[in-house]
Amino acid sequence: MTRTPTTEAARLVFVRDVTLAWRRWDEVAQPLIFYVVVTTMFPLATTPDLSALRQIGGGVVWVAALLSSLLALEALFRADVEDGTMEQWVLSGQPLGWILLAKVAAHWVLTGLPLVIMSPIVGTGLGLPVSVWGVLMLSLLLGTGTLSVLGGIGAALTVGVRRGSVLLSLLVLPLAMPMLIFGSRAVSMQMDGDSPAGPLQLLAAIFFMALSLGPIAMSAAIRISVEN
Amino acid sequence: MTFDGASFEAREINAWRGDRHILRDVSFSVSPGEFLKITGPNGVGKTTLLRVVCGLLPAETGELHWRGKSIRGGRDEFNAELGYLGHLNSLKADLTARENLKFLAGLRQSLTAAAIDATLDRVGILSRGDLPARSLSAGQKRRLALARLLLADAALWILDEPVTNLDTAGIQLVETLIVDHVRQGGLAIAAAHQRLLDDAPCLRRLELEP
Repeated sequence: MTRTPTTEAARLVFVRDVTLAWRRWDEVAQPLIFYVVVTTMFPLATTPDLSALRQIGGGVVWVAALLSSLLALEALFRADVEDGTMEQWVLSGQPLGWILLAKVAAHWVLTGLPLVIMSPIVGTGLGLPVSVWGVLMLSLLLGTGTLSVLGGIGAALTVGVRRGSVLLSLLVLPLAMPMLIFGSRAVSMQMDGDSPAGPLQLLAAIFFMALSLGPIAMSAAIRISVEN
Repeated sequence: MTFDGASFEAREINAWRGDRHILRDVSFSVSPGEFLKITGPNGVGKTTLLRVVCGLLPAETGELHWRGKSIRGGRDEFNAELGYLGHLNSLKADLTARENLKFLAGLRQSLTAAAIDATLDRVGILSRGDLPARSLSAGQKRRLALARLLLADAALWILDEPVTNLDTAGIQLVETLIVDHVRQGGLAIAAAHQRLLDDAPCLRRLELEP
């Protein structure tokens, strides 16, 4: 037998999480349902006038996406820590950061990506024109990706804490504010006919920073969490 | 894989849990072909000691040496040769027995389907291979965890109460597995209350006292 290469180990973790999610699809669908329901409620509660909705549409989609991806984050590492899988990962001799990043990537594909794909439809319901679809999806792509990594750090820190979900929101939401501001700004700039390149580039910068530093922070936090 | 030159030594380990000083200057060494059995009453720190040895829990003071070198510098190399079977079986209830092995043991060694089947057969649950882990009995889950340990192909086994939930045949299985492992030059450390290889020539004891 030969040692498993790190890329293969990361692939196994990714495939495992997708397989598990397939067998527990109701838990995975929850953020998406929340996202659609919340955005549908806005026209009902405010005004059906599309030109008025258009003013707040980008912001509403972004806030809803942020909150719904936060929904699923708390459970990200919990099950694996509780059944002892995490101990085995820590002791597997593979770089823990890669394993956790693979887990976060699976989480994003299952919860973040559906939000991005659904966003033109919910955006249309809020009066967003076809011309902003591209920017809306690109900004959400970068935003949900960053949030998955940030949330991964938060979930790793709070996994050993009882009732950590409140703490997780308090930790992660302030860090997510810049993304919310740049993301909704990019959408409104595109709608006003300005170039949204500036906020999009800032979003991309935040994403790559989270992607490069996140695994280090997550593995340090998990090592502390499995001590108990 | 050969276990040549594998040796483990712990020097003057001190560890605290909360405000309790549980391990006081614990020292021991294990050589190839040896099985170290850690005994002592509940709460004396057997699990704590095993977790310190694995590196899951940091020791307050003390040194761990693997192959004559401190493991501080090369944690990943040490982990790659370490097989840990804790209180928890580390199984996913929604995955089948085969999938559990593929996704967890596969992280350490590239596994073929034949290797997985051979190991399932060895621990006596080959016929349960395609059942989800949730439908296995407690003893069968423990056997599946043992299969994972075997597939890790590790030189040093750390076993925390390995015979929990196992029937008489299961206890004999664990004894056979340990004897086979140390006969190949492997090392094993186990915490156990029950009788486990009490008359075997490879056995050494470490009694922890409160």
